[in-house]
Amino acid sequence: MAGFPAALSPRLRKASIWMLYLLGLLPAAWGFWLGATGRLPGNPVKEFEHLLGLWALRFLIATLAVTPLRDLSGINLLRYRRALGLLAFWYVLMHFTTYMVLDQFLNVAAIVEDITRRPFITIGMAGLLMLVPLALTSNNWSIRKLGSRWGKLHRLVYVAAAAGALHYAMSVKIVGPQQWIYIAIIALLLAWRPLRPYFNARKRRRRPPEKPA
Amino acid sequence: AKPLKASESALSTDEKLTSEDDITSYNNFYEFGLGKGDPKSRSGKFEPTPWTISVDGMVAKPREFGVDDLLAFPLEERIYRMRCVEAWSMVIPWTGFPLSALLDKVEPLGSARYVAFETVVRPDQMPGQSGYFQSIDWPYVEGLRLDEARHPLTILALGLYGKTLPSQNGAPVRLVVPWKYGFKGIKSIVRITLTDKQPPTSWNILAPHEYGFFANVNPAVDHPRWSQASEIRIGESGFFGANRRPTLPFNGYGADVADLYAGMDLEANF
Repeated sequence: MAGFPAALSPRLRKASIWMLYLLGLLPAAWGFWLGATGRLPGNPVKEFEHLLGLWALRFLIATLAVTPLRDLSGINLLRYRRALGLLAFWYVLMHFTTYMVLDQFLNVAAIVEDITRRPFITIGMAGLLMLVPLALTSNNWSIRKLGSRWGKLHRLVYVAAAAGALHYAMSVKIVGPQQWIYIAIIALLLAWRPLRPYFNARKRRRRPPEKPA
Repeated sequence: AKPLKASESALSTDEKLTSEDDITSYNNFYEFGLGKGDPKSRSGKFEPTPWTISVDGMVAKPREFGVDDLLAFPLEERIYRMRCVEAWSMVIPWTGFPLSALLDKVEPLGSARYVAFETVVRPDQMPGQSGYFQSIDWPYVEGLRLDEARHPLTILALGLYGKTLPSQNGAPVRLVVPWKYGFKGIKSIVRITLTDKQPPTSWNILAPHEYGFFANVNPAVDHPRWSQASEIRIGESGFFGANRRPTLPFNGYGADVADLYAGMDLEANF
């Protein structure tokens, strides 16, 4: 399946991945700049915290969308998946750090109480912890070293994404359209995994292999 | 917004006022949407005049009040702390009059024990009340015990910052009960009913384990999803050094209102 991005030269491909990291961090940088210069209205720390959480979910969704997109449309963004996943991890980490430092002001007792006694925070924290080993093994060396165990380990992202959606929905006073949209998208992306083998088998049956030229 | 004349009150706090901009752009008013900015940005169609409140139920003289009838009560400026259940707070200069003055006009019967309040339903003017997703079973309803309603601190507010209320703050008339969480302060009231039974309240119906009937500000009783021990003062807590301040029992009005709850278990009656 040729086409974008396989058509890019190796150098351009590498540059495009770095561009993705750069672009991906822009919302955080922009939000931080608005907050630090007093341009976020109302409750600036909460605004920033929520912005980071939402972008974490968006990058998790983008990461999980790579496979179904390839199955359904043939567009292969596999090369960008590591960057998308790591961006999701960085956003989750910034979200938690903002809560810890700017929101709770490092009040350790309050933070521990939140994590242990409030289910939505417990679930969010569990999601963060699940992403840590994935981020640590998101490099070529780990992929070689872990072999087939790498794929098994990285299935944890499914649980982490579900935890993220749940954490978001449980954090609000009324589960509104925005929360339902995130829940629905993540549910669909997760549901695709068990359906995938059947879909791809049918696709192969319908389309006989091309004859070599 | 029309200017309102009002006398000063000894019940006002001298704390630093929250800016008019923050008070009128950071709101919870789900009739206009779930976002904090929705009430301001999506209330353009709302028409707070003409308006009538009907006061009925267990009263000797049920009647309706127009906005002019309300403006005829002796207005006072009441600068109150407002503590939202979401752990943020403001200091707001309301213009209004004690609810008890209105109740006196309708002469509650001896059997009346509670006061029920109801917000207007206007899906054509309130985008949160129309469409596929409905957050609350409208109308929004609230309630107070009669002695709470008659307390001198409890007011009907017609304005803030010396002008009539903007739509996003509950125009033309809303309830303000400063020792309770902000959601008790029902907005755009169309009906007040005296009753002998504890009336249903919207948030209590929606999540009874999170929002009780009393909803007195209480740092010792956490919301199930966050601590109520401290709060952020809107507009004062910058990005760095977010000065969480301790939340006070009854929002600092304990000396005036604690007697209302003598002998009550405030953890059970949250």
